[in-house]
Amino acid sequence: MEALELARWQFGITTVYHFVLVPLTIGLSVLVAIMQTAWVRTGNEKWLRLTKFYGKLLLINFSLGIATGIVQEFQFGMNWSNYSRFVGDIFGAPLAMEALLAFFLESTFLGLWIFGWDKLPKKIHLMTVWAFAIGSTLSAYFIIAANSWMQHPVGADYNAETGRAEMTSILEVLTNVTTLAAFPHVIATAFLVAGNFVAGIAVYWMVRRHREDANHADLPMYRTAARFGAVTMLIAGAAVIYTGDVQGKLLAEQQPIKMAAAEGLMDTETGASFSLFAIGNLAGDDPSSVTHLIEIPKFTSFLFTGDWDAEVRGINQLQEEYAERYGATDANGDEIEYRPNLLVTYWSFRLMIGLAAFSAALALTILWFTRKGAYTTKPWMRNLALVSLPMPYLAASFGWIFTEMGRQPFVVAPNPDGVDMVMLLTQSGYSPSVSAGEIITSLVIFTIVYAVLAVFWFRLLHRYAIEGAPQVEEPTVDEDGSKPLSFAY
Amino acid sequence: MDLPLIWFLLIAVLWTGYLVLEGFDFGVGMLMGLLAKNNKERRLALNTIGPVWDGNEVWLLTAGGATFAAFPEWYATLFSGFYLPLLLILVSLIIRAVAIEYRGKINDEAWRQRWDWAIIGTAWVPSILWGVAFANLVRGVPIEEVDGRLEYVGNFFDLLSPFALLGGLVTLALFLTHGAIFLALKTSGEFSQRAGDFAKKVSIASLLIAAVWAIWAQLAYSQPWTWAAVVVAALGLVAVVWFSRAESFGKAFIANAVVVVGAVVLIFGSMYPDVMPSSIDPEFSLTVRNASSSDYTLTVMTWVAVIMTPIVLAYQSWSYWVFRRRISTEHIPEHNELTFLKK
Ligand code: HDD
Ligand code: HEM
Ligand code: HEM
Repeated sequence: MEALELARWQFGITTVYHFVLVPLTIGLSVLVAIMQTAWVRTGNEKWLRLTKFYGKLLLINFSLGIATGIVQEFQFGMNWSNYSRFVGDIFGAPLAMEALLAFFLESTFLGLWIFGWDKLPKKIHLMTVWAFAIGSTLSAYFIIAANSWMQHPVGADYNAETGRAEMTSILEVLTNVTTLAAFPHVIATAFLVAGNFVAGIAVYWMVRRHREDANHADLPMYRTAARFGAVTMLIAGAAVIYTGDVQGKLLAEQQPIKMAAAEGLMDTETGASFSLFAIGNLAGDDPSSVTHLIEIPKFTSFLFTGDWDAEVRGINQLQEEYAERYGATDANGDEIEYRPNLLVTYWSFRLMIGLAAFSAALALTILWFTRKGAYTTKPWMRNLALVSLPMPYLAASFGWIFTEMGRQPFVVAPNPDGVDMVMLLTQSGYSPSVSAGEIITSLVIFTIVYAVLAVFWFRLLHRYAIEGAPQVEEPTVDEDGSKPLSFAY
Repeated sequence: MDLPLIWFLLIAVLWTGYLVLEGFDFGVGMLMGLLAKNNKERRLALNTIGPVWDGNEVWLLTAGGATFAAFPEWYATLFSGFYLPLLLILVSLIIRAVAIEYRGKINDEAWRQRWDWAIIGTAWVPSILWGVAFANLVRGVPIEEVDGRLEYVGNFFDLLSPFALLGGLVTLALFLTHGAIFLALKTSGEFSQRAGDFAKKVSIASLLIAAVWAIWAQLAYSQPWTWAAVVVAALGLVAVVWFSRAESFGKAFIANAVVVVGAVVLIFGSMYPDVMPSSIDPEFSLTVRNASSSDYTLTVMTWVAVIMTPIVLAYQSWSYWVFRRRISTEHIPEHNELTFLKK
C-alpha cells in the first residue's frame, strides 16, 4: 500500500476509536452532574449512589478518551503535513482554543471532582463536576467547528503567494452554518449514547434484583435511573432526528455529491425515492448493475430538500459539474474521480439512521413497563437493554464514517458559494516526508496498543457494571487532613 | 507589534509550563520504581500527582495546538520529521494515562504490578526523548526545500547525535531531581526522607550533566546573549544542590523550575530567528517569519491567549492549593476495590 492509503487507514482507525469513547464522556458527564445535583438538592441517598456508580464508569471511559485524544492533537502534523500547511492558519485556531478553553477546564476540574469529595464543601464540589461537563461540551464545539470548516470552508481566502488558505474572520469560522447544524447533532448523539448506557445498565439491575427479591431495597433507585435514561434517550432521539434533517438539507446545498452518494443515485431524478437496501456491486465501476429494493417513493427528494417532487442531481451529472468547476485532472494529470466510495456512504448512512431503532424501542418499553411505580421484571427487557447498549455507538461511528468518507476525494471540500480555491484533495494533504515503512510501524503499534487497551476498558466497565451501585457514606469535609484519602489510585 | 515574535515567546512559555509541571509527574513516575519499596509507597507516590497530572499534560496539548495555529509550517515539518520519536512519546502518554487510572481499579497484585511497570516505563521514555528532541532543534536538522516546501530529509538515526543524546540525559536528570524534590515536599515520614536523600544525590548529577550540555550548546550553536540563560540555569542548578542539602525543598523546587526556564530560554534563544534550523543550509531554515500564520490569525490567537491564560493559571493554582497538604502512607486506604470474578 502507498503511504497515502496507510495514512488514511491510520487516521480513520484512531479517530473512529477516539470517537467511540467521546460521546459517552460528553453525555454521561452531564447526566452524572444532574444526578449529583439531585442528591445535593434532595439529600436522597439513591442519587449519591447513582452518582458514584455512573461516575466510576465515566472515569474508566474518560481516561481512554484522553489517551486517544492526545494522538489526535499531533496526527495532523505527523501524517497530514501538507494539509496542516495549507489550513493551519484557520484550522489550528479552533484546535488551540479547544485546548485553552476546554481541555484545561475539563482535566483540572475532573481532578478536583475525583479527589475532592472530602476536601471541598458540597456545593463547591458540585460545581467541579459541572465545570468538567461544560469543558467536555465546549471541546466538542471547537473540534466540530474545525471539522465543519473542512466540510464547508468559510471565513477564509486563498493566498496565491504562499499557496495557503488564510483566515479572514474567526467569527465566520466559529458560526459556520455547518457547525451550527453538526454540533447539536453530535451533542444529541452523545446524550443518546449516554441515556442508553444509563438506562441499559439500570434495567439489567432492576430485572436482576427483582428476581432475587421482589421488594429489594435497590429497586426504586434502579427504576429512577432507568426512567431518567429513557427520558434522556427520547429527548435526545427527537433532537437527533430533527438536527439530522437540518443537516441533510444543508448537505444537499453544500456537498451535493455526498448526498447523491448516500442514496447511490447515479442519474438525476425528480421525486427520487429512498431505498432501504441495495443489491449489486456498489463499489464497482458499473453502478448500473445496482438494484435498489424496498423503496420509499420520493423520500430522498424530501429528505434533502423538503419538497417531495424536487430534482435530485445524480452522480454522473455531478461528476461533470465538479470536473468543470474544480478541474478535471489532478497535479499528476490523472482524472479526478469526484464520486466517494458508494458502498461505504450508502450503507453507513442507513446504518446510522437504522440502528437508532433499538434505543427508541428500549426507551419506550422502559417508560411503558415502569409507569405508575411499577418495576420491569421481564428477562426479555433485560436482553433488549443489553443488545441496545452498543447500538448508538455504532450509529455514531457510522455517522462519522459517512461524513468523512462522503467528503472524499476532498479533505477540504470546496464551498459551492465562493471561498474560491480554498479546497484540497486528500491526496495532496499527506506528509511526503514520512515513508510507508514508518506509517506501517505506527499503524501496527497504534492498532496493537489500542486493541489491548480496549480489552482492559471493556473488562473494567463490565466488571464495575455488574457489581452494581455501591453502598455509600455521606462525604464530610476533612478539615485537618488526618483522614485517609477517600479516593486513591 | 511583532506578532510572530510574541507567539514564539508564548510557545516557549507553554513549553516551560509543560516541562516544569509534567517534569515532576515523570519524575514521580520514575521514582515509583526507584524509591518506593512496596505497594503502599508506590500508591503514596502516585497519589501526590493524582489530582493534577492530567491538567499538567494539557500544557503539552496547548503547546501543540498553539504551534499549529501560529506556526503551521513548523508544526507540519517538526511532527512529520520527528515521526518515530514522537510516536514513542505518544504511545507512552497513551499507556500512561490509562495506567494511572486503571491500576487501582482492581484489587489484584498482578494487575497492579503490570500497570505499575507501565507507569514507570512510560515516564522514562518521554523524559529522555523530550531532551533529544529539543537538542535537535538547537543543533539543527537536515531540512531541504522539496517542491517548494521545507521538509525534513533526514532519518531516525540523524536525530541520535551525541549532543542530542546528552540532551536526553539532561531532561532525564532534571525530571528525576524535580520528582524527588516534589515527593520530599508532598509526602511526610520516612518516605519523604528517602526522597530528600535521593534529591541530594541526583541533583549533583543533574548539575554536572546539564552544565556540560549547556556550555556545549552555547559554544557550538548559540548566540552571545544566551550566556545569560546559561548563567541563570547554572546558578539554579547550584541552588538546587544547595537547598536540597539544607533540606529546604520548597526553595529547591523553585530553583529547579528556574533551571527549566533557563534551559527553555537557551533553547529558544539559540534557535531564534529560526524555529527549526536547517543543518544543510541556513537558507532552508524554518524561521519565525516564513513559518508563521497570517497577522489576522495571530491577532485573534493573541486575544484568546491574553484572556484565557490568567484564568487557566488561576484555577490550576486553586487546585494545587486544595491539594496542598502532605500525605503519608497512613493516608493511603486499604484496598477495597473489586477483584475480577473467578469463573
Ligand atoms: C478536525 C478534523 C476532523 C475531525 C474532528 C474528524 N475528522 Fe475524520 N478525517 C479528517 C479530519 C477530521 C481528515 C484529516 O480530513 C481525514 C484524514 C484523511 C482524510 O481523508 O480525511 C479524515 C478521515 C477520516 C476517516 C477515513 C476516511 C478515509 O480514509 O477516506 C474516517 C473514518 C474519519 N475521518 C472518521 C472520523 C471520526 C469518527 C471523527 C470523530 C471523532 C472524525 N473523523 C473527526
Ligand atoms: C480529529 C480531531 C480531534 C482532535 C485533534 C481531538 C483532540 C483531543 C485531545 C488532545 C484530547 C485529550 C484532552 C485531555 O487530555 O483532556 C481529546 C479528548 C476529547 N475529545 Fe477529542 N479530538 C478530536 C475529535 C473529537 C471530536 C469530533 C469530539 C466531539 C464531538 C471530541 C471530543 C472530545 C472529548 C469530549 C474529550 C474528552 C475525553 C474523552 O473523550 O473521554 N474530539 N480530544
Ligand atoms: C441514532 C441516530 C443517529 C446518530 C447516532 C447519528 C450520528 C451522527 C454523527 C456522529 C454524525 C457525524 C457528525 C456530523 O457531521 O454532524 C452524523 C452525520 C449526519 N447525520 Fe446523523 N445520526 C443519527 C441519526 C440521523 C438521522 C435520523 C438523520 C436524518 C434524518 C441524520 C442525518 C445526518 C446527516 C445528513 C449527516 C452528515 C452531515 C455531513 O456530512 O455534513 N442522522 N450523524
